[in-house]
Amino acid sequence: MADDIKEMTAELARDPDSLIFIRLGEALRVRGQVDAAGKVALSGLERHPGSAEAHDLYARILVDVGNLERARTVWEKALEIEPRHKGTHKGLGFLHYGRGELDLALDHLELALSADPMDQSVVQALRIVRAAAEEMPEAVAEDPFAAADMFAGLEGGSDGLLLVDGRGRVLAGGVRDTQGAAVADEMAAYLTGISQEAERTSRILELGEWEWMVAEAAGGNVHLTRPTDGTVLLLLRDASVPPGRLSLLAEKANDVARTWLEAQKS
Amino acid sequence: MTDRFRAILDSITRVRGVQGAALVAREDGVVVADALVEGVRGNAVAALTASLVKRLGDVTGTAGIGEPEFLHLQSRGGVVLAVPATQEIIVVAVADADVNVGLLRLEMLRAAGTVA
Repeated sequence: MADDIKEMTAELARDPDSLIFIRLGEALRVRGQVDAAGKVALSGLERHPGSAEAHDLYARILVDVGNLERARTVWEKALEIEPRHKGTHKGLGFLHYGRGELDLALDHLELALSADPMDQSVVQALRIVRAAAEEMPEAVAEDPFAAADMFAGLEGGSDGLLLVDGRGRVLAGGVRDTQGAAVADEMAAYLTGISQEAERTSRILELGEWEWMVAEAAGGNVHLTRPTDGTVLLLLRDASVPPGRLSLLAEKANDVARTWLEAQKS
Repeated sequence: MTDRFRAILDSITRVRGVQGAALVAREDGVVVADALVEGVRGNAVAALTASLVKRLGDVTGTAGIGEPEFLHLQSRGGVVLAVPATQEIIVVAVADADVNVGLLRLEMLRAAGTVA
């Protein structure tokens, strides 16, 4: 257990009414310990039912485990308590964007920005959603790394997420090696071959269509999915992210990528 | 097949939902030993898995995270799992889509340790 988590756990044990549970829950969530984070958040909510911050924390944990509908309900409760809560508007903005509900996404992201005009992740997200809403996908696609911002709401952000087409070209996202060098183009070239090989393997072994693939290595894990026919999405995370958690993140990234790809077509 | 290889593969095929397991030569993708149910083509399993491991090795190498230690291909109708045991041998399993991957992974890693 990391020292900060130990300290926060001890503080909460000393004073169960302490609001430290919000920081503790978030720290656990970021480390991928979503079950523990959920327990901390729920226990905190029992003691502080009027805390918008606590509702926001719990909603983000629900998103992490894929319970988007419940997350939306919890965020709506947070807004009843604090109508201008930035984290809540931000969360709802990303949630609606992931569902392709662009107008609702814009409403919430604009409210989030009004609460904190300096939040760059909101600024970038608004840019993406506005471009999609105004049917100007080229505004997003000019620079592959700018397009990576579509993943900004996901844990870990756009770094280590790469969307490529069936001909080995980067569509969006970016990936760097452990030395910090950009390796997206090289990676994209490999991914197309891997996708074809996975398809061949599944077909010849009569396993049906391939859905996803994971490669675990000492320094990190790679997850590959197919948001649409002919595209491949790579998610690269360090080895501290366990495989089950990696799959959850990949599912969310896959939804975002699929929405983004659909927006490019319209 | 030697008793040693048979014992290694048996430990994997005992997991419920496993259709078969094989030891595959990493370099040329040929079967070293297998225990596959009828209908699962050992040669194809070996060649395709060796190729996938190699290609994924290119990706993990480019990312700077080292060689793949475990590979999981999930398809609608089944899974292919692979553990490179040594520079020469890959342990491979083909299983139903809903197999207990955690358990199978453990058995395969254990088997890989035995091969090494």
